Amino acid sequence: MSGDARLRRPLIREQTVATLLVLALIIVLVLIIALPLWSLLSKSLQNASGGYVGLANFATYFATPSMVSALFNSLGVALMTTLLVVPLAFAYAYALTRSRMPAKGVFMGIALLPIFAPSLLGAISLIYLFGNQGVLKGLLFGHSIYGPIGIVFAEVCYCFPHAVMIIATGLRLADGRLYEVAEALGTKPTRVFFTITLPGVRYAAISAAFVVFTLVITDFGIPKVIGGQFTVLATDAYKQIVGQQNFEMGAVVGLILLVPAVLAFFVDRQIQKRQVALLSARAVAYEPKPAPMRDALLLAFSSVIGLVLVAMLGMAIWASFIRYWPYNLSLTLAHYNFGEFEPGGWEPYLTSLAMAGCVATFGTGLVFLGAYLVEKTKVPMPLRSLAHFLAMLPMAVPGLVLGLGYVFFINAKSSPFGWLYGTLAVLVINTIAHFYTVGHITATTALKQIDGEFEAVSASLKVPFWTTFRRVTVPISMPAILDIAVYMFVNALTTISAVVFLYGPSTKLASISIIHMDESGATAPAAAMATCIVLTAIGAKTLHVVLDRLVFSRLQVWRKR
Amino acid sequence: MLLGIGGRMAGEAGAEAVFVAIRNLSKHFGAFQALKDIHLDVKRGEFVSFLGPSGCGKTTLLRAIAGLDRQSGGTIAINGRDVSNAPPSERDFGIVFQSYALFPNLTIADNVGYGLVNQRRSKAEITARVAELLAMVGLSGQLTKYPAQLSGGQQQRVALARALATSPSLLLLDEPLSALDAQVRLRLREEIRDVQRRLGVTTFMVTHDQEEALSMAERIVVMNHGVIEQIGTPEEIYRNPATTFVAEFVGRISLLPGVAHGIDAVEMAGRRFLATRAAEIADGAAVEVGIRPEAIRVRGVTGSEPNALPVRITDLEFLGAFCRATLVAEGAPGLTLIADFSANLLRDLGLQQGAAITVDLPADALRVFPARASA
Ligand SMILES: Nc1ncnc2c1ncn2[C@@H]1O[C@H](COP(=O)(O)OP(=O)(O)O)[C@@H](O)[C@H]1O
Ligand SMILES: [Mg+2]
Repeated sequence: MSGDARLRRPLIREQTVATLLVLALIIVLVLIIALPLWSLLSKSLQNASGGYVGLANFATYFATPSMVSALFNSLGVALMTTLLVVPLAFAYAYALTRSRMPAKGVFMGIALLPIFAPSLLGAISLIYLFGNQGVLKGLLFGHSIYGPIGIVFAEVCYCFPHAVMIIATGLRLADGRLYEVAEALGTKPTRVFFTITLPGVRYAAISAAFVVFTLVITDFGIPKVIGGQFTVLATDAYKQIVGQQNFEMGAVVGLILLVPAVLAFFVDRQIQKRQVALLSARAVAYEPKPAPMRDALLLAFSSVIGLVLVAMLGMAIWASFIRYWPYNLSLTLAHYNFGEFEPGGWEPYLTSLAMAGCVATFGTGLVFLGAYLVEKTKVPMPLRSLAHFLAMLPMAVPGLVLGLGYVFFINAKSSPFGWLYGTLAVLVINTIAHFYTVGHITATTALKQIDGEFEAVSASLKVPFWTTFRRVTVPISMPAILDIAVYMFVNALTTISAVVFLYGPSTKLASISIIHMDESGATAPAAAMATCIVLTAIGAKTLHVVLDRLVFSRLQVWRKR
Repeated sequence: MLLGIGGRMAGEAGAEAVFVAIRNLSKHFGAFQALKDIHLDVKRGEFVSFLGPSGCGKTTLLRAIAGLDRQSGGTIAINGRDVSNAPPSERDFGIVFQSYALFPNLTIADNVGYGLVNQRRSKAEITARVAELLAMVGLSGQLTKYPAQLSGGQQQRVALARALATSPSLLLLDEPLSALDAQVRLRLREEIRDVQRRLGVTTFMVTHDQEEALSMAERIVVMNHGVIEQIGTPEEIYRNPATTFVAEFVGRISLLPGVAHGIDAVEMAGRRFLATRAAEIADGAAVEVGIRPEAIRVRGVTGSEPNALPVRITDLEFLGAFCRATLVAEGAPGLTLIADFSANLLRDLGLQQGAAITVDLPADALRVFPARASA
């Protein structure tokens, strides 16, 4: 009977293939995430020749006044920024979600602008506005923008989008019924605000505070450009590693940087759980009632903030086209002639494009396939849980720390990966690892929405799971896949902290070139290079939106009823 | 070219042989035991339904047969071959889920032909086979539509055609009709039954709807809490329920407390009724006596029958073609019966709420069960 032939055991079983793939995924994630972190940890416990010294390096660290002062500088700046950003972001998110203010979409877009620029772009703008030749220098009353003031100002703008997104999400989860009940009971609006609105977003606000604190403490670009003599942890780590080749101290600083990030990670996990509970209990979405006074006030506030954000981006872009700030304001493209300021000329920009392109391509592929294997295969649970854990790990690791880990991992004496140092490959791998988690979460969420029985149906039809992956899962998940690709592309373009330790002479990236040009006093060309990155990033996002609207909606006719 | 579809006619040689043999099957989810010691033999071409309340383990059993979720213990043999450890692709079955699990980005034709492409058949062969299958489920001419453009019932038919495309020897249906509205459900019941008969494909259908099981299955496996309560034809299950659970789950029944009395009688509320019972119920043991609503006789009851019982109609519920009456035995409020009276009967005897009548509980309609611990 022909049926028997079909039932013969195949050469290699699907289950075996799936298990091997999950094992391969685990090995890859261990290599690109776990082992570099391990190297950092072990390096901090070793002396220069690799001998185990226990906590001696930490003792040295805390006994060196200049290093401890960098730690306190970092804590101070991060705390200050957090205290400023969270209330501002709350008010802005409140305007976006709880008012009938006009042009909410535009204001949301403006709030997200900083995401498309390297962090240091805002710092460059500040130098133009408040620096030695700044037009608004007088507003500082003799204080210098080079130092904590400039850092905090630039960090506030840089962190603003992240805080707004988290708090706006929290506000959107509110249960409209609570407000209806309060209104029916004749509760005064101020009382409603303090007894319902604020408690409702406290988790989101705490989460935002931790995220902001971590972003600031691990940011490298802003303090590098505008910090002046004011050292913070991130610039200190750079100085230890790149300047003084003091790897042990660099590792210690890296581990210290890891503490707030890990803390933020676990706080966020807890908060996510509570927010999910809120969401599932939600019955009615909140509809803001008209209140002209409130809307006018919030519009005024949002306009001021929006203007500052646009100015922080626009100043640097404008300055990049100006002949000689502030004395000759005629327009020119001279600063884009990078060859005059930077040995590589346009090379760094092209390298950045290549790097971001590779990260978007290979990173998205790896992330999506990985999430699929974890989510949809029948491989024993412990293996899949391990892969999931590894995929979630980078969320808790700042770029700078991961970059340091890579330095130690591939430069270790026994390492077989020494040849990778300074190659485009290591920049790509490190950046994929750095941004792995958000992609993994996006992919997992999309996969969870797909009918869980597709794999079962394929198995019954004797179609191997990889065929169904190709013919069904990937096409259905295309929107999520594009989201991940664009996210990776934009972040790979703007990242500095992770790659600053890893680039080589032939793989200098645009973001690093900006730092170098700025260091050598060529601020306008630095602004020009930053402008190139911003425009490319915004261009990629715009292209994504347009493609999504026009092309893919046409390709995906099957979504229509 | 009906090759393949008609490949396994019921009545073929060996039709009486056991096709699926399940032995000692058990399944644990952590500490929770979802299946306990399941034994089941199914003949080739049989239509078997797993019936039971939600959460009783029907899906778990079906998925174990498919190999989608491996059992914790016991064996499964299909067509004489032990497949206990074989992956799904090495068992020969088609499956239809409650959600249908149609691939939304593929056309109806591609969905139905999904398993054929992999068999290295020629394009023309696949096209012909897909057309044949869609004609069989009454969906010719919908080839290029996408699942989202079809109604629930049509999607269900596509899922059925896809499951049958590779001419599997086993068809597994997990609550295939429960997502549909009542009318479509009734029509599809017949269509599925019809297709199954024509192809002679051995079929397991999971359902929690007793009416569905009674009307479609040749044999019903009634399950509760992970164990099989009874296996039998719809008629056996209905007329001769093995346990009070089966009696109550399948159809309506009145269960009355009583005591076994002599070899062929029970005592209820101080009165003696003739009723045969299973040998393992000892004389004097507490029992529950069951009677179906339609078995209660009213017409021509003289009162001299051995099981005659004077009752009062305390409630009459109008249900269209008939009325459901609640009867309470005179002088014994513990004896409450449910009876179905046709409109004719009501009219002829002038029955009304509050009326006192005498009914007969025929001895061969009384089922005697050991009393449940809680009863
Ligand atoms: N993957 C699982 N993990 C834990 N418990 C499960 C799992 N799948 C099913 N169960 C439990 O096993 C029991 C039987 O489930 P199932 O077979 O789906 O019931 P049904 O008869 O409704 O199809 C239920 O109590 C269910 O909660
Ligand atoms: Mg079920």
